[in-house]
Amino acid sequence: MKEIRIHGRGGQGSVVTAELLGIAAYEGGKYSQAFPYLGGGGERRGAPVQSFVRISDNPIRIRCKIYNPDYVIVKDTTLIELVDVAQGLKQGGLIIVNSEKSAADLGFPKGLNVKTVPAKKIALETLGLPIMNTAIMGAFAAITGEFSIQSIIDAVAQKFSGELAEKNVFAAQTAYEYALANN
Amino acid sequence: MSVSVMEGSMAVAEAIKVCRPKVISAFPISPQTHIVEELSKMVADGQLDAKYIRVDSEFSAASAVYGSSATGVRSYTASSSQGLLLMIEVLYAMAGTRLPVVLTGVNRTVSAPITIQPDHQDTMALRDTGVIQLHVENSQEAYATHIQAFKLAEDHDILLPVMVCMDGWILTHSYEPIKLEDQKLVDSFLPNFVPKYRLDPKNPLTYGAYADEQVQEFRLMQHFAMERAKSKIEVIANDYQKIFDQYYGGLIDEYKCDDAEVVLVAMGSVIGTFKDAVDTLRTEGVKVGIVKVRSYRPFPGEKIAQAVKNARVVAVMDKSMSVGQGGPLATDVKSAFANKEAPPVLSCIAGMGGRDVTIETVRKMVTKAQLALKTGKIPDIEYTDFRPEYLED
Repeated sequence: MKEIRIHGRGGQGSVVTAELLGIAAYEGGKYSQAFPYLGGGGERRGAPVQSFVRISDNPIRIRCKIYNPDYVIVKDTTLIELVDVAQGLKQGGLIIVNSEKSAADLGFPKGLNVKTVPAKKIALETLGLPIMNTAIMGAFAAITGEFSIQSIIDAVAQKFSGELAEKNVFAAQTAYEYALANN
Repeated sequence: MSVSVMEGSMAVAEAIKVCRPKVISAFPISPQTHIVEELSKMVADGQLDAKYIRVDSEFSAASAVYGSSATGVRSYTASSSQGLLLMIEVLYAMAGTRLPVVLTGVNRTVSAPITIQPDHQDTMALRDTGVIQLHVENSQEAYATHIQAFKLAEDHDILLPVMVCMDGWILTHSYEPIKLEDQKLVDSFLPNFVPKYRLDPKNPLTYGAYADEQVQEFRLMQHFAMERAKSKIEVIANDYQKIFDQYYGGLIDEYKCDDAEVVLVAMGSVIGTFKDAVDTLRTEGVKVGIVKVRSYRPFPGEKIAQAVKNARVVAVMDKSMSVGQGGPLATDVKSAFANKEAPPVLSCIAGMGGRDVTIETVRKMVTKAQLALKTGKIPDIEYTDFRPEYLED
């Protein structure tokens, strides 16, 4: 089983990212479970939020939050000073951050495996909106190899339709290619 | 049949859709909201031929489906937390007049303190209403159990409301692959509702008439219907398996109980985590098993006693408290074991207000149960994952 923790802010679509990764995993022939944690009074825009994804070859029974993730996705660099995004990260685990900066410039402690991808920038260029869900998924697929780009595209096609689906597929593919070229 | 990844709430809405209710009435409250939003959309989009009645409160929602059910049509509602509490007066009346409404009790704790997090405090407050309570472990079971619930409620030997309890957020807001059944198959399992009695201007009758002398017998008749529901729940679960190849237990479900020295008893979404914990503990040589309580009312005391007959100790987890007594499920288990040869029972309170129940939580319960066995001392209540730093000085 592989476990992913997503850190974002309310309104950034962290639940949608988790849902889409869950769909992509299923499209890729695996079992999946994706869920949010809405603490501290619920769904407030701008508040730090977490969502979680489990992927497994077997049916998933466990229901608690993810404390020892294999992967962490950080959508907003301002969270790094507020929340210990690396908490419980497995030995050899990986943190992927939406940022135009390099990993070395983000102030993480030494010894952590951190990669950055300018997902918001790619989303602005491809969608015309700063909504980075599909871009960061494309980058995640390229960096980790846990998903094929096709399974990400299939998930996007299930969730969206028409022009919105096309643009999001383009966002995912652009980020996928960027991450392949830069990692 | 099709499988796709969806939220637990969507699975419930899809289950209700294939049950073809004629009237749905609900007032939105987290974490029930997505279920009734989706049903409202299905009705508006013409996918579901039902009347969706928007109301000003949960009291009104329950009253609306009370009325529609009395006219002889399949009716559904859902709520959570304070919303369920506001329905209680109507639910007593519904059970008393034997109306087979199905509702979803999306479990969320009750204020104060105010929070939207899940535990079983809300549906426990509905325990004595005469409403059948079925708890589910996952969203696929929620899907199946709603379809089973209508069949159970509408059976002329039963005629009681049925509430399907599912943990809010943990299930309603989790996305998982969900198998949806074909309408034709569901129709064959759950034919149209044929009321035994109904409000009809041509044959006038009264629901909820005044009575003094007959109250005791009327309450007893509800109890006898609950007793009959025990075998009916098992028959319906088996019939469902024959048609849909899915089985989640009857009144209870057992997991590795045969040779277990410690048996854990619990209900709801913790069961999945319990199963993973039991598998881990067994690799360490600890013989643990689980009894999942699927039907809380009627309470399957005999079944649980039978399932734990070889165990040396039983640990019951409650996600709520009867303040001044303890865990309601543990109290029921102890009562079922009274005057019988049965293992000692350790009552564990955990997971309240959404406090996460982890593998470690289960490990602590098992360790305390083993300790109780070793020392022969059983504490009244074991407060698992208790945080003394939150107590007032």
